[in-house]
Amino acid sequence: MSIVERPASPGDPSGRGAAFHSPPGGAELGIVEPLIFEASRRDRRAVRFPKASAHAREAGQDQPDLPASVLRTRAPRLPEVSELDLLRHFNRLAHLNYAIDLNFYPLGSCTMKYNPKVNEWAARLPAFAESHPLDPDALAQGSLALEWLLAELLKEISGFSAVSLQPAAGAQGELTGLLMARAYHRSRGQGEQRSKVLVPDSSHGTNPATATMVGYSVVTIPSNERGGIDLDALRAALGPDAAALMITNPSTLGIFEDQIDQVIAAVKQAGAIAYMDGANLNAILGRFRPGEAGFDVMHFNLHKTFSTPHGGGGPGAGPVGVSERLAPFLPGSLATLADGDPDEVRRNAWAGRSTPGARFALEADRPESIGRVRMHTGNFGMFVRAYTYIRSNGAAGLREISDDAVLAANYLRVGLADAYDLPYDRICKHEVVFSGRRQKRQHGITTLDIAKAILDAGVHPPTIYFPLIVEEALMIEPTETESLETLDRFIGVMHDIAQRAVEDPESVKRSPVSTPVGRLDEASAARRPDLRHTFAQDGD
Amino acid sequence: MAYSPHTDADRERMLAAVGVPSIDGLFDDIPQAVRPTSFEIPPPLVEQEVRGELARLAGLNRIPEVSFLGAGAYRHLIPAVVWEVIGRSEFATSYTPYQPEVSQGTLQSIYEFQSLICELTGMEVATASHYDGATATAEAALMACRLTRRDRIAISTAVNPQIRRVLATYCSGPGIEMVEVDADLAEGGSGLTPVEVAAGVLDDGFACLVAQQPNFFGGIEPMRELGDAAHAVGAQLVAVVEPVSLGLLAPPADYGADLVAAEGQSLGIPLSYGGPYVGLMAAFMSAVRQMPGRLVGATHDVDGRRGYVLTLQAREQHIRREKAASNICTNQALCALAATTYLTAVGPKGLAEVGELSTVQARHAAASIERAGLGERRFSAPYFSEVAIRIPDAERRHAALVEQGIVAGHPLWRDYPQLADTLLLAATELTTDQHVERLVDALAATK
Repeated sequence: MSIVERPASPGDPSGRGAAFHSPPGGAELGIVEPLIFEASRRDRRAVRFPKASAHAREAGQDQPDLPASVLRTRAPRLPEVSELDLLRHFNRLAHLNYAIDLNFYPLGSCTMKYNPKVNEWAARLPAFAESHPLDPDALAQGSLALEWLLAELLKEISGFSAVSLQPAAGAQGELTGLLMARAYHRSRGQGEQRSKVLVPDSSHGTNPATATMVGYSVVTIPSNERGGIDLDALRAALGPDAAALMITNPSTLGIFEDQIDQVIAAVKQAGAIAYMDGANLNAILGRFRPGEAGFDVMHFNLHKTFSTPHGGGGPGAGPVGVSERLAPFLPGSLATLADGDPDEVRRNAWAGRSTPGARFALEADRPESIGRVRMHTGNFGMFVRAYTYIRSNGAAGLREISDDAVLAANYLRVGLADAYDLPYDRICKHEVVFSGRRQKRQHGITTLDIAKAILDAGVHPPTIYFPLIVEEALMIEPTETESLETLDRFIGVMHDIAQRAVEDPESVKRSPVSTPVGRLDEASAARRPDLRHTFAQDGD
Repeated sequence: MAYSPHTDADRERMLAAVGVPSIDGLFDDIPQAVRPTSFEIPPPLVEQEVRGELARLAGLNRIPEVSFLGAGAYRHLIPAVVWEVIGRSEFATSYTPYQPEVSQGTLQSIYEFQSLICELTGMEVATASHYDGATATAEAALMACRLTRRDRIAISTAVNPQIRRVLATYCSGPGIEMVEVDADLAEGGSGLTPVEVAAGVLDDGFACLVAQQPNFFGGIEPMRELGDAAHAVGAQLVAVVEPVSLGLLAPPADYGADLVAAEGQSLGIPLSYGGPYVGLMAAFMSAVRQMPGRLVGATHDVDGRRGYVLTLQAREQHIRREKAASNICTNQALCALAATTYLTAVGPKGLAEVGELSTVQARHAAASIERAGLGERRFSAPYFSEVAIRIPDAERRHAALVEQGIVAGHPLWRDYPQLADTLLLAATELTTDQHVERLVDALAATK
């Protein structure tokens, strides 16, 4: 079974190739789909524009002209294609992609759940899509109301006392969080003294990279044999120089830190900031509220927990929630309720009503704010989708999301335990991390080989080689939106590969054979970088 | 749950397999002391109801009938075919192309995007995109610091204030000093960045000079001379550009830019109250190993077929952790795809036409206001599609026009106290003669 049934390209005996016949020049062996530049023909057009009126031209004649020296001397070589050629090109590229909407996507740490279509409908409503970020507040009451309401919901979900929606992604939420931590320490005269950020060895790579961007040095805290943070090592590292602990909970091993209360207490006692990486919030909705539990700051990944589409690698959104003591440092451009009683406005909104006299506004930057981390209020289009999603689910639905996500991960944990090594054999949360070390040691099959064999089964592989502390890691996150049949099929696929690793390892190493292209030479791509199209006339 | 596939029977079967009596048994590891005491989320809504709620909120927005608002975000035509492409599930619901064999669509489209940005800017390498123009500028400035091993940045005050604020935040992280170069905002001034002022600020402690073309006021900066001033002290020129203008204006490589950053919203991305947008960044190959963010490269598969992969990942956080060039993890792939589709749809002629129409209407609007005696251009320099105009009693009149559904540009006095009564008016190809007429008539009526 392949993802999409593909007739072989003429001349390509392997059976690979584009989903449909490519235009002339693209069908020969070697090119799956030509570059759009290669389809370009001079003077072909897609979109056309009106002509400026003679009146408009003449009216502006007394204005200063652009000096010839600043103008282009040669038109940029953008493609010149018809609209249909354009559409076919991108549709053919679409056929070369795997996606949630095609099949199971158990990519650990990424929460590849279903992205509801009503969210897309909402984001494209013209009154949202055409709302200018600098429109006067009076014209943007809907955008502002939505931002305020979403922040209220995120506060309640997380137990934090304030939320800024501005960060554009999880990594930017981390940057925001650490800048706030530093601003807090500086406000107490401890800015210089607190120079270290503590990060467990199972963390996302963004955590230590963010600490460096804020000028902190990184101290790595080992995990214990149960997959949790080593509490003694943490306490030992929590000296007067500790600025913050950044911890992912549940961890990247899919394990809830069952001593999280003691972790938070130790951090607080040391005068440091407790940062929770909220990447795995999908596991704990309604079960654990980081703000209420004592964390100072957390970023949300709206593109994970709150179902906004991943878009092939963005855009996402990474709002941050903070405790009382970090609220003065939040980044700017917060939507606030300028006139009206918050309880009444919320009550009415939950009942689908507007509140007469309520007025929303953009707050002036707070005096102690860390500043702006991006332009405007954030990735508003993602806010519309996340708000739609939370309202569609309600409290019971949000709880059930986590319940089902955790149940599905545990079902896979049990279902695959006899075929792959399970370094941490305990109840997991939304994801489970296996190791392919048995297959590697006994049969010479690497986790990469396993991943490629999964591709041939028409399924996207799990995250591989992460977390770094698990040898030959296979990190599986099924999410709550996959049916039991899908989970069972996946278990079947994984068992089949494990069996082939024993009986016919060469067949696994040959994978993938059914994908549009085979294994790609990444080493030569890095050695001799080819990062853009070269035009035939280059070098003239 | 709104999107659950599970029946109660499914759940029973799964619980039995896992060997726990109830769902609660899966959460025993959460300490009692930290379990939630509240979870007050409103009840679930079915599609019909949630549509009603979103339509209610959207209905509170008022999209102006006539708007001359730009200031870094622009209302352009988004061709229907662009919406069609970015709406495709295979692009929208895929993730980072970690498995290149099943991600050639995303990877090739990013390679095309990188190629298009190189072609527009004249540079040799462009990243797969950044969060927005401001973060792209900030990352470019920090990259200049790494390249030159210097820790001061000069930036013209004629650069978009929002970009400057974000740059200040990013500089505050590693402790980079940001020094402003005052643009000529005096009465009768050019509204540009004076080369001698820039040269006076710069010395061999500076990593770069950041200047914008066209600048925040729409003015055409002396970029070549500013670049010369930077290069004279071994600093780099970071050019912040508007991609639509590059259909007509010289590419930054021609005037000596070392790094280019831009907001790409104009390229087929909806205003959407400020995001998601897309940041563009381009450089020369000699600097590629210091570039932040994702890069896609061409290669070949085991049978010699052309294919594309994420490459030079040794710069990135998931490999290098605390030694990475940036913490950036995602790009804005779907927005980059919109830009790729847009640039393909309009082509070189269309992009030039958009730039020309915008310029014609900006000139039309400025001249009409001046001729009616309602205001005057605040600066003397030639401008592109945006122009600063002083209009007596501007704050009151701007507010009065908003009441009529007309946004008479962006009030400049909020960020520039010395630009009292000055509005920044932007035109695009969607600006019509009637829009200009209505603006002028409405301003006249508020005298």
